[in-house]
Amino acid sequence: MAVLNEEQEMLRDMARDWATNESPVAEFRKVRAAGEPQAYNTGAYATMAEMGWAGVIIPEAQGGSDFGFMSAGLVVEELGKTLTASPLVATTIAASAIILGGSDEQKAKWLSKLASGETVATLAVDEGAHHDPSAIEASVSGGKLSGKKAFVHEAHGADLFVVAAKDGLYLVEKGDGVSLTTRKLTDQRSHADVSFDGAAAEKLEGGGDTLLDDVLDRARVLAAAEMLGMAQQVFDTTLDYLKQRVQFNQVLATFQSLQHRMADLFADLAQMRSAVEAGLQAVDGGFGVARAATVAKAEANRVLHVISNQGIQLHGGIGMTDEYDIGFYVKRARVLEASWGSTSYLKDRFAKLGSY
Amino acid sequence: MATQLEPDVHADEEAFRTEVQQFLATHFTDELKGSANALAGVDGPTDETPAQTKWREAVGERGWGTPTWPKEYGGGGLTKAQAKIVDQEFAKAGAYNPIGGMGVMMFGPTLLEYGNEKQKQEHIPPICRGEIRWCQGYSEPNAGSDLANLQTFAEDKGDHYIVNGQKTWTSGGQWADKCFAIVRTDKSDKHRGISFMLLDMEAPGVEVRPITMISGTSPFCETFFTDVKVPKENLVGEEGQGWTIGKRLLQHERTNISGGGRLASMMGQSLGDIAKKYGDTDAQGELADKVLRDRIADFEIRWNSFLLTARRAVEESKAQGGVSEISSVLKKLGTKLSQERSELLIEIRGLQGLGWEGDEFTKGELDAVRGWLFGKATTIYGGSTEIQNNIIAKRVLGMLDHQ
Repeated sequence: MAVLNEEQEMLRDMARDWATNESPVAEFRKVRAAGEPQAYNTGAYATMAEMGWAGVIIPEAQGGSDFGFMSAGLVVEELGKTLTASPLVATTIAASAIILGGSDEQKAKWLSKLASGETVATLAVDEGAHHDPSAIEASVSGGKLSGKKAFVHEAHGADLFVVAAKDGLYLVEKGDGVSLTTRKLTDQRSHADVSFDGAAAEKLEGGGDTLLDDVLDRARVLAAAEMLGMAQQVFDTTLDYLKQRVQFNQVLATFQSLQHRMADLFADLAQMRSAVEAGLQAVDGGFGVARAATVAKAEANRVLHVISNQGIQLHGGIGMTDEYDIGFYVKRARVLEASWGSTSYLKDRFAKLGSY
Repeated sequence: MATQLEPDVHADEEAFRTEVQQFLATHFTDELKGSANALAGVDGPTDETPAQTKWREAVGERGWGTPTWPKEYGGGGLTKAQAKIVDQEFAKAGAYNPIGGMGVMMFGPTLLEYGNEKQKQEHIPPICRGEIRWCQGYSEPNAGSDLANLQTFAEDKGDHYIVNGQKTWTSGGQWADKCFAIVRTDKSDKHRGISFMLLDMEAPGVEVRPITMISGTSPFCETFFTDVKVPKENLVGEEGQGWTIGKRLLQHERTNISGGGRLASMMGQSLGDIAKKYGDTDAQGELADKVLRDRIADFEIRWNSFLLTARRAVEESKAQGGVSEISSVLKKLGTKLSQERSELLIEIRGLQGLGWEGDEFTKGELDAVRGWLFGKATTIYGGSTEIQNNIIAKRVLGMLDHQ
């Protein structure tokens, strides 16, 4: 755990208490059972926004706290531990696009609404099953955006889309020319293909040539923070299980083969935490962001993949049941792994950044 | 802490900083720049130049090579804040610490904790002055990871012991003046039968045979003790307390192997850059061998997050005022990744990366081959990876002992 300042510790403790007490995995089961397309509890999201979590990266002038990405990551990590379903990450990423690229008018219009939770927003970049920001066909002509975006996170609850077109990022409000086709994924969260057919679009003119990359790097570190929370939770749950489960008249935790496997996972988790925290800190520091974000998401992909699989294996049969929580993590893990850069995409990007 | 410091303390620190700067200006002459501590490792005696000797004596005189050790035994007697200033100013001037070796890193701190007054007076000052080399008499042919199984026996003869047995992997044994060893004084109790004692490598009955390693070097030795007389005053702590003292020393060793600062300096050149020199690139300037490129990126990402982990451990332990609980993780990961890097480096260079000797190979290429082979030891010594896994599982994760 990075060395935190006082306000970060308070924020993290508040998120931890709330997630543990008010939003355990049982709450996600309720969301799943309800089967609403937006796939989150709107009351719970309103509470999160009231606690200031939707405005952590938003400037104070627009109703946020301006605590930065490390702080946002702490909240997201805690919510990841209990698989809390919400559009918090999607909205934060969209807000970062407006902060980086928006005009004063656009910031004034949207940021306070995002911070208050009144508006839910999301980022729509990819047009196929694989993350590939170099292959964008969506285009804008005369202020009207046309194109199809695939597997958009939190699309059903979104009032505002930040859409990548050939020549930059655009703000598109839900309404005329915007239609959704639900794509139910294994994590049971909101995903949809979104068609834009001449939808009114307003360009984010600022932020320079790297705006899309910069926003995607923020998406990568926040996804990695959620994955860190998930990995930590799977690890802790599995360790507890090994300490109480008896087989062959022995507690499983006494078996050296299992001890060494847990030591390996513990070391992996330590690496993942370092990479994710460094990614978040790099965004706040504004230095070496591309590389740090790539390392953060690549390590999150690698380690959560292993830990989520081992979580099931080490639980044995009980881990295969829907009644037990551990399986939920592997399902969400793979969706996040594929989002904003698979492991092979990120390795290619890392090599490119290193000029080899 | 900083808020509790009185202004005059700050003034004292600034005065001390000036003192260190003046010392460096006087004693760290230009000809010393770029050289490193010749005596720190176990690679063997390297001839000190007269300038290096003078530098060692000057630093030893002040005790600044062992800055926080008590002044009465030849240490610097400095506060942690002052020691940090010495560190910073040495770094700024490009000056190396000429005092080092196992005496400084492992034996000294242990003796300061467990030794009696006479032992400290006798042994600590020469360490602080960099005048003496110590080696470690721990491992035996049948006591590696199962260290407490050691058999070297010290028989009580009243005012002295007679020691018989064999130690192995005695790093730098052929160049050492003294040896700190754990030996058996009671055959009836595995752990409580062990004592910690100090042996003179020049004493009659001590024989050292260097072991040639797969890397072609011989920094490790077998050390044989045949009826070696050891005065009782060389027993550290109580008879039977050796296992406790010995384990304490191992903590110092592990911290040293996985120390954050050293790891950062291991970062080295990008493997991607090296690969471009030895392999083809495509029209985009990327490595044409895409499989290799992928593996290099995969490795470098993990290496990167390992270095971040080492940095995080240092920051956390500073903030918490203690040793980070992940020191075993660093030892385990750092040694494994270093080995992986060596393997990749050789592969990148093809057969040109496997030279044993000859002018057809660069020094860098030859060093990498020897380093690759010697590096196999890092997951074995200082507590093998398997031992680190046991430590993590039991002490950090609270998993129970095997029944």
